[in-house]
Order: sequence, then C-alpha cells, then structure tokens
Amino acid sequence: MLTEVAQLVLNGLMAGTILAVPAIGFTAIYAVLRFPNFSVASQVTIGAFAGYVANVTFGLPAPVAVAFAFLVAGFSGLICDEFVLRPMRPAGPLAAAIAAVALTIVLENIVRFSFGNDLRGYDLPVLRDWRFAGLRVSPQQLENGGIAIVAMACLFGFLAFSRMGKAMRAVADNPMLASIKGIDSVAIGRLVSFVGMGLAGLGGMLLGLDTSIDPLTGFRAILTVFAAAVVGGLGSIPGAVVGALTIGVAEELSLLVLDPAYRSAVGFVAILLVLTLRPRGILGERAF
Amino acid sequence: MENYVVAMLVFAGLYGLMALGLNVVWGMAGMINLGLVGFFAFGAYISAMLTKFIGLPIWFGVLAGAAGAAVAGMVVAMVTAKLRGDYLAIVTLGFSEVIRITASNEIWLTNGTDGISGIPGPFRGEVTPEAFNLIFLALVAVVVAVVVFLLQRVRHAPYGRVLRAIRDDDQVAAVAGKTVIRFKIEAFALGCAVIGLSGALYGHYTSYIAPDGFVPLITIYIVLALTAGGTGNNYGAVLGSVLVVFFMESTRFLTEVVPGLQAVQVAALREMLIGGALIVIMRLRPGGLLPERLPRIDLPQSALPPSALSEEKKAT
Repeated sequence: MLTEVAQLVLNGLMAGTILAVPAIGFTAIYAVLRFPNFSVASQVTIGAFAGYVANVTFGLPAPVAVAFAFLVAGFSGLICDEFVLRPMRPAGPLAAAIAAVALTIVLENIVRFSFGNDLRGYDLPVLRDWRFAGLRVSPQQLENGGIAIVAMACLFGFLAFSRMGKAMRAVADNPMLASIKGIDSVAIGRLVSFVGMGLAGLGGMLLGLDTSIDPLTGFRAILTVFAAAVVGGLGSIPGAVVGALTIGVAEELSLLVLDPAYRSAVGFVAILLVLTLRPRGILGERAF
Repeated sequence: MENYVVAMLVFAGLYGLMALGLNVVWGMAGMINLGLVGFFAFGAYISAMLTKFIGLPIWFGVLAGAAGAAVAGMVVAMVTAKLRGDYLAIVTLGFSEVIRITASNEIWLTNGTDGISGIPGPFRGEVTPEAFNLIFLALVAVVVAVVVFLLQRVRHAPYGRVLRAIRDDDQVAAVAGKTVIRFKIEAFALGCAVIGLSGALYGHYTSYIAPDGFVPLITIYIVLALTAGGTGNNYGAVLGSVLVVFFMESTRFLTEVVPGLQAVQVAALREMLIGGALIVIMRLRPGGLLPERLPRIDLPQSALPPSALSEEKKAT
C-alpha cells in the first residue's frame, strides 16, 4: 500500500512537472493581457503536431523536436493574437475569451484537416523501466520531466534577469505604472503571446511523448491546465508550478478511490474547492 | 424533403431557446457561459431519465429538466459570483466537460456512451412520423413564443433594467443599492433553466441522447447565433439561430462544391467555417443583425429639473 501510494505520488509529480509548462503559458498570458486565453488548447495541439512532424517526418530526436514545437506554437500564438484576439480586447476580456474559444475550434480543425483524426505516436526508442526501492520510472518520463524543468528554468531566468522579462513583470504588476515608465505594452503583449503559447506547444509535445496525439490532445488537457493555473493562483507563474504539481498528485491519488475516467473531473473539483475556500489560489495573484 | 425542412426548423427552435437562455446570461446580465452544452445535456438527461425509467409524464420531465439545469446554474454562479467573470468562463467550460464524463461513465444511471434510446415523445407512435414532426414543430414554436414573451417582459421590467445596469457597471448598480450577487445568480439560473428546457425538448424530439451528442461545438453554435442575431435582443437570438441552422445545413453541400475531400476533412472545414464566422462577426458587426435597442422611457417634462432639460437638448 505504501509503495503504491509512493508510486502514485511519484507519477503525479512527474505528470505535474509536464503540466506546469502549459499552465505557465496560460497564466503568464492572463497576467499580462488580463483575459483567459482559451486558445491555449489548440496551441497545445499545434505544438504536439509540430513536434510530431519534426520527430517523425524529419527524424529529429525528441529534445530537438521539442524546440521546434515551441517555435511553431509560439509563432502561431503570436499571429493569432495579433490578428484575432488583440482587436477584440477593447470590447472586454469576456469578448476576447469567446473569440479565443472560436479560435480554438478553427485551429483544432486546421490540424484535423491536415492530419486526420487518427492517433499518432512519436518515434521513440523503447526503453526498459528503471526500478529502485519497488518504484518504477520510465527513462522517457524522466527525460520529459528534465526538458520541462530546463524550459521552466530558462523562463524564470528570463523573467528575473533580462530587461524584457522585467518589463513583462512590470506590465503584469501594474500596467498603468509600466506605461508611465515608457514600457511598450503592445510589444510586451506580443512577447507574452509568443512565449506563453510556445510553452503551451512545448507542453503539448511533452504530453504527447507519454501517450499519443490527435487533434483533441489539447482540448482533453485543457481542464487540467486551467485547474493548475486557478489552484496556484490565476496570473501567478510560480503558482502555476505549485498548482500543476498539486493537480498532478491529486489526479494520481484519486485513482485510489475513483474510476480512472474521472481523472479530469479532479481538476474541476479542485477549481470549485479553491474558488470557494481561497479564490486567490495557493500563491495569490502576484505574477512572479 | 419536407420532413428535412421541418426537422431543421425544430432544431432552429431548440437552438433559439438556448440562444434566448444565453441572452439572459450574457446579453442582459453580462455574464459568460461557455458551458451551455453542459446545461443543455443536464436538462436532456433529467427529462429522459424521469420519463423513460420512471415513467413520469413528459410535461413533468421537461419542467424538471429546466428546474434541474437552473439549480446547476445557480450552484455554478454561486461559486464564482464574487469573482471576476474570467472564473465563470473557466468553471462553466469545466462543468460541461464534467457532465459529459459523468454521462459517459455512470452506466447504471445514464447507460453510459450507449446513451438512452426510446425516450417518449408527445403522440409518438400514435401518429405518422410526418405528423409527429409537425406536432413537435408546433410545440417548439409555441414554447419559443412563450419564452420570448416572458423574457421580453423581464427585459422591460425594472428587473431587466437592473440586470443591464449590472452588465454595464456592477459597481454603480451596487452603489445604487442593488444586491448585485443575488441578481447575477438569479439571472444565471434563469438562463440555464431555458437552456435546460431546450435540452429536455431535444431528447423528446430525437428519442435518443448520448454523451457524443453534447460536444462543445454546440456552445459555439449558440454563441454564434446570439452574436449574429444581436446580443441583448430576444428576437435577434431567435433569428440568429435560424440563420445558424441554415448556414450549417448549407455547408453540408460543401462536398459537392469541393471535390476530392475526405469525410473528416469536410467535417473539419464545416467546423472551421463556424468558428471563423463567429470571429468575423464579432470583429465586423459586434452588435449583430438586430442590435439591442434599449427601451426608452419618456419622462414628463415637468419631472426634469431645468438644467437637465437644456442638457438633453444639447445631447439630442
């Protein structure tokens, strides 16, 4: 029993590490642009498929293909925000949120149009699980977790030390003050769309490496991503990490008492609990 | 062919009801509901289960479906009422997914992904299928007319004015002494009741419901219908629904226009068109075809202070 629980917690932490990547993307965009950009769902899918093309069609190894997933989803997110969502934002955050849902439908179907509905798997070496102290862990999971951690470390470094990163935090913190200091909020908006959606795409590929991908990959993951962001505190980047680990572990532990089909309902219950008990989330709304 | 047209009109009516429900929530009170299809499914399942498994009369099932959706809406709204609207968007989107997961997995209750078949319909089996179609169309038309009438009353009543005030600026409404949270919860529940009503009727019309039938795309249809028709305008909601059904059905003939596509690609193209249409309309004509017209109240001249009179002249 104890080993079983330890195994579930371990699985949950690894799933949470991967989940943290798209959750950071969603929450960072919320922090700067102040609307829930639901098109994260489709950028997750686009990233997963971009990685698939790089990995299977061009034969690149997974860690390189991941970078490709980041770039394609990032540019796609940037273009979509520039031409679809940004013009909508003056009408209010909710209008932009609705447009983002419509955008998700369009993008998801572009993927479906090009690739069909079949499940696809990445071209990965088959490796034996490692075992120690009665726990199992697959090298692929470890590699995915490692990629996720590297990506997050780069992001935190960027936010903490670079000029652009600091400007981004300033806009998230207080847009008015930031504009008085001469920070171009439109440029920062573009930057956060690129980085945020890039992370979503990277996360999509990491999610797909574990299982398989199809045009609904992003949509299936999205409730969990929202849950991670809300539980950690919507708009807080460290919060997204904490929230993702919490949700990851909670989902795995739920297997002890619930049917696996209800996995994604765990996120919804977590959202309801947090909104009722502590609406700010675990770490509050401070961006960084 | 006539049957087909009648069936499409029934669907336009059912979508119209959903759009009317969304209009209460989004058009009047300014709250978002991205989980419309969840409330639709909730109403459909309640009514189907009560009439099929327990054998209660259809009218009771339909009312219970509406009431059940209202309660679900109330709970969802209560959880998020104090928070920014973004949270409601996330929670409603999650709600519809959870409903779909539950309906697929609680086989003892909902028969799982196989769905519930043989749901009774009014006079089904007693008359020819063509006559049943026509009877149901009449029924839906009456329900839509009644709902439009009632919602117009709400819109013109002081109650509707409070909702518009909350939509436009809830702080001002609160300062004016309105219990904003209570109004929001009530409006959300009322809108969800209409959506649940539509779902219940849907089950009795098609006689079969399954989780597959309640995809998120339906939410987009309804948002598109309301936006195209005119957010805030009850007649616009109905008009928009007719247009959306017409648009969707005409894209069925896409296969004939664009040869050499696989079935999945045609399906993808149709969904792209729906999503794209919503984005384009929101950009180019956010008010819709029948933009909201606020009910004007002409105050008697003597009721206004002299300064207001001169200002009004300037304004007009």
